[in-house]
Amino acid sequence: MNPVLSVRGLEKKFGAVVAADALTLDIAAGQKISLIGANGAGKTTFVNMVTGYMKPDRGSIVLDGIDISRHSPRSVARLGISRSFQIPQLFVELTAAENLSVAISGVGTRMSLRAPAEADGRHDNAIELLERFGLGDLADRPISELAGGVRKLIDIAMALVRRPKLLLLDEPTSGVSAEDKFATMERVIHAVAPDAATLIFVEHDMEIVSRYADRVIAFYQGRILADGAPSEVLKDQAVRRYVTGGLQ
Amino acid sequence: MKNGLHPLVMIALVAGVTLLGRALPTWTLSLATIAASNALIALGIVVLARTGNVSFGQGLFFAAGGYGVALIANAWGLTDAVAQVIIGAACGGLLGLIVGPFIARYSGIFFGMLTLALSMVFYGALVKSTALGGSDGFNVGRPTLLGLSFTDPREADFMLYAVSVIVTGFAGIGATILFRSEFGLASLAVRENNLRVEYLGISANRVISINFVIAAIFAGASGAFALMAQRHIDPQFAYWTTSGEFVFVAVLAGTQSVAAVFVASMALELVRSFSSLYLPNTWQLVLGVFLLGVILFLPRGIGSLWIRKRRKRSTIAANAPIAAETGAAS
Repeated sequence: MNPVLSVRGLEKKFGAVVAADALTLDIAAGQKISLIGANGAGKTTFVNMVTGYMKPDRGSIVLDGIDISRHSPRSVARLGISRSFQIPQLFVELTAAENLSVAISGVGTRMSLRAPAEADGRHDNAIELLERFGLGDLADRPISELAGGVRKLIDIAMALVRRPKLLLLDEPTSGVSAEDKFATMERVIHAVAPDAATLIFVEHDMEIVSRYADRVIAFYQGRILADGAPSEVLKDQAVRRYVTGGLQ
Repeated sequence: MKNGLHPLVMIALVAGVTLLGRALPTWTLSLATIAASNALIALGIVVLARTGNVSFGQGLFFAAGGYGVALIANAWGLTDAVAQVIIGAACGGLLGLIVGPFIARYSGIFFGMLTLALSMVFYGALVKSTALGGSDGFNVGRPTLLGLSFTDPREADFMLYAVSVIVTGFAGIGATILFRSEFGLASLAVRENNLRVEYLGISANRVISINFVIAAIFAGASGAFALMAQRHIDPQFAYWTTSGEFVFVAVLAGTQSVAAVFVASMALELVRSFSSLYLPNTWQLVLGVFLLGVILFLPRGIGSLWIRKRRKRSTIAANAPIAAETGAAS
């Protein structure tokens, strides 16, 4: 089966710091992949390059046969890659439903001059997406009044609007309390399931990684240290030494 | 419509204000005409400001509209007020279409300074252009309406008042629909986080460019009104102090309400007129204190007076079920 995303010889340097060092990997459709690594290992740089925010110094990123390594974030989004952010990037003066409406308005070729509540089915789509995350009753609340964990879920809901082929989540459970992290991740996995998107999530919590990922890629100093099933990667000596610090 | 007035009610309001002109004293008619004209261009600034960008050079499009209309009127004898407004809007819009996509790539202070620089370049060119009357400008004839000429000053003032109120009123209705629309929401989203907007597959530059062209159309039409009212045009139309006055109105109004633009424009004209009448040597001081007061006590503009109340009501309504659940649980 052809990979949905194919990365070849990806390099990125910030001065003397090597953030991506000849990264090469293939991602098959439907996989749930976790990117792990210490701070500065190159996980977010990888996500930023795949989503068009940063241009690689060298190498290629191919999505379904199209080289997207020089594409803008907008073009990458239109081709089928969406992302959420470590710090949710929402429109805080707007309500939760309005945030989703903005995302939905970007899907068509042109935006409507009708109010979102009146545009055909679009308001219903926004509410349906919020309900998928269990947030239907917060639709009319401004983002500025919502807690960090809820904002994170809305950020992910916005990324799902385009029914992406590939969804990248940057630390979906960071800032969520230890008691709530599994519930949050369950909601995310459950909400993503209907669109059957390939999922890549950056994560520091190894319990989350081992429970929800079916493939783990460990980064260290811009290189791939290990790549495989969670049970293998998390037991790898180099991963234990440089990434998990002996924890599991 | 979930919030605010229905467009049909707004059309009735415009008709009502137009007819009210019949009962107003003559001096109020010219004051209201200037206020409506200023409101139109300030409305454009507010439309643009909703994307997070303030233009300090709307005088460019104001002058483009005015000069375009004046040149066509003198060359071909076109004096019809409605045609002149359309020509002014078209001149402003065409220039906006050229400038907008280039300038939309900049934001914040760079955006503001570039608009100011362009208007001053245009001002410089007008001053040096002898064919356009140089710094003295040139005169145009009295406007007509649908073939009718108005020799009675009161009737001429009312005609101009009616056309300016109707055009500005319809521009206001259009802006209200725009603010409530998906496109309006996207404009607010661009103001808050344009990178996130790009990640959603929306072109932030395109949203800014469209708003820029709308603002330029309004400014061009406003330039046509100013020309009709003064029957004279000169490079002062493009000068930075002229642009600054329109920004004053927009700052007074805030970006939350279309109605606030009209209230702010009328309030500013009234304060200016009465202070210059009763305090001829210190009227600028009064105007400054008025502006300072609004900025200090209503930092989000006059519109926040009623928008805040409406928001409070809707927040209470949105919280009600949660409060009820909490109450039931305890």
